[in-house]
Amino acid sequence: MSNDIRFVQGNVACAEGALYAGLDFFAGYPITPSTEVAEHLAEELPKRGGKFIQMEDEIASMCAVIGASLAGSKSLTATSGPGFSLMQEALGYACIAEAPCVVCSVMRGGPSTGLPTKVSQGDVNQARWGTHGDHAIIALTASSVQDVFSVTVEAFTLAETYRTPVILLFDEVIGHMREKLVVPPAGELAVAPRLYTEVPAGQAFHPYLPREDGRLPMADFGSHHRHHVTGLFHDIWGFPTEKPEAVAKLLHRLVDKIESHSQEIARWKEYFLEDARTLLISYGSSARTARHQVEIMRARGEKIGLLELQTIWPFPAELVREHAARCKNVYVVEMNMGQLFSTVKRTVEKPERVYLVNRIDGELVKPMDIENVVRTVEGKGV
Amino acid sequence: MEKNRFLLSGSGGQGVITMGILLAESAALHQGLEAIQSQSYGPEARGGATRCDVLIDRVPIAFPKVLEANVLVCLTQEALNKYLQFLRPGGLLLTDCTLVKAPSRVDAEHIGLPMHDSVIKEIGKIQTFNICVLGALLELTKVVQASSVEKNLEARFASQFHAANKQALDLGISLAKACTA
Repeated sequence: MSNDIRFVQGNVACAEGALYAGLDFFAGYPITPSTEVAEHLAEELPKRGGKFIQMEDEIASMCAVIGASLAGSKSLTATSGPGFSLMQEALGYACIAEAPCVVCSVMRGGPSTGLPTKVSQGDVNQARWGTHGDHAIIALTASSVQDVFSVTVEAFTLAETYRTPVILLFDEVIGHMREKLVVPPAGELAVAPRLYTEVPAGQAFHPYLPREDGRLPMADFGSHHRHHVTGLFHDIWGFPTEKPEAVAKLLHRLVDKIESHSQEIARWKEYFLEDARTLLISYGSSARTARHQVEIMRARGEKIGLLELQTIWPFPAELVREHAARCKNVYVVEMNMGQLFSTVKRTVEKPERVYLVNRIDGELVKPMDIENVVRTVEGKGV
Repeated sequence: MEKNRFLLSGSGGQGVITMGILLAESAALHQGLEAIQSQSYGPEARGGATRCDVLIDRVPIAFPKVLEANVLVCLTQEALNKYLQFLRPGGLLLTDCTLVKAPSRVDAEHIGLPMHDSVIKEIGKIQTFNICVLGALLELTKVVQASSVEKNLEARFASQFHAANKQALDLGISLAKACTA
């Protein structure tokens, strides 16, 4: 079939994107509103020779994903806020052990079990700083079923390229809504294969010695190269070390390998930004609301535009700074108490011109919410 | 496209969600239209007043929920009481006249059809009730063609259900036609 067009939920698009990227292994503990990711993969993954395991909890799920990754599998888990909290310790392990993997978190209201069936974007900072210690992370979002598919494919490529866990930060609205999905023919979207070491069996293999270009070729755990993997700071052989220079070098590398490539990792969409004087910054389902409001206000002749961030972490600071500098006021539209808003404020030259438009009651932020804040700021009243 | 924001409501088990998916999917896959379907997932989805939102348009749809429906379908009294407030004045209200008592005053075109009773009498399979409602909806709104839904029904359901589904769809269409003629 050349034209593979479906009408599916965002969660199914995530599962399909993972399969497109060559997913071999899924371990998870189903939780609303991410359950359909697991459900779809439970059906489809075994058909393609992959493994699906429903684990006893999210801690075990994340650990299984890391193990599978080190053994050579492209691995995924899917969860929501409460489960994402449980995964944080192992997520840090994946960061320091440099295990490429993808963690999808479909956000619902929190903290704790919060609002299981309602939308929120409250895990933005958990994705960034949920696990302890200095580290860098990649987190991607999407605002349509088609984009969920493509950023999921992208997530696997980034995970392999930078040898890092990549977070897919979706939300209940995007995960549950059905929309058209065109699954591209194999080969149309780039899929990065794993980078394997060229060191032949029998010769010394240094699992944590990066190449000149910074990349770190792998050998499947349990195959011809015996090596060590640990959550402790380690040397180029993977064995624990407390030598200050080795510790500093590793931590710098873990952060720099991602932060210094933030411009290459940045994905975003622009709507009516050319001549905009009012800038909306948003992501996920909030970006749909923002787009709707931009269309309404453009029809009234107002110079407003939207910058939709698909890469949230590493934060595309230069991109945001550049667009903000050309606009009078900046509004961050999100469904939390200002998690990305505070990062935007820290980033731009005139933080006093950055305003938050939010909604935290489990409802999708409405176009009128944006209208009201913009009118108030501009002194027009509501 | 005038009647393109649908709020479909009823109680869990009536097939409201399936009806919404069929409507949106038929528009998206068979008519090249933009379509979005979403549904309520809370406790109300488990027996209370189920809600399913469908948006259909020729141009890309940004906001994915129905704020102001121009078509409201209510298959229970509770659903009517809860969702009538979301119907845009002058919109279309479709109810089942056995299951829902007509509101005394409604600022919309109200069409109550005996869909439930007709399905029991003429098809005998209450499971096809939602398909009958869908048929009526297609006839009243003209946003999606019946042939597109038929294709979709055949693709989605096992062959032993095709005849009853077709019968139910046609029944809905003819009930609506008789009412508007």
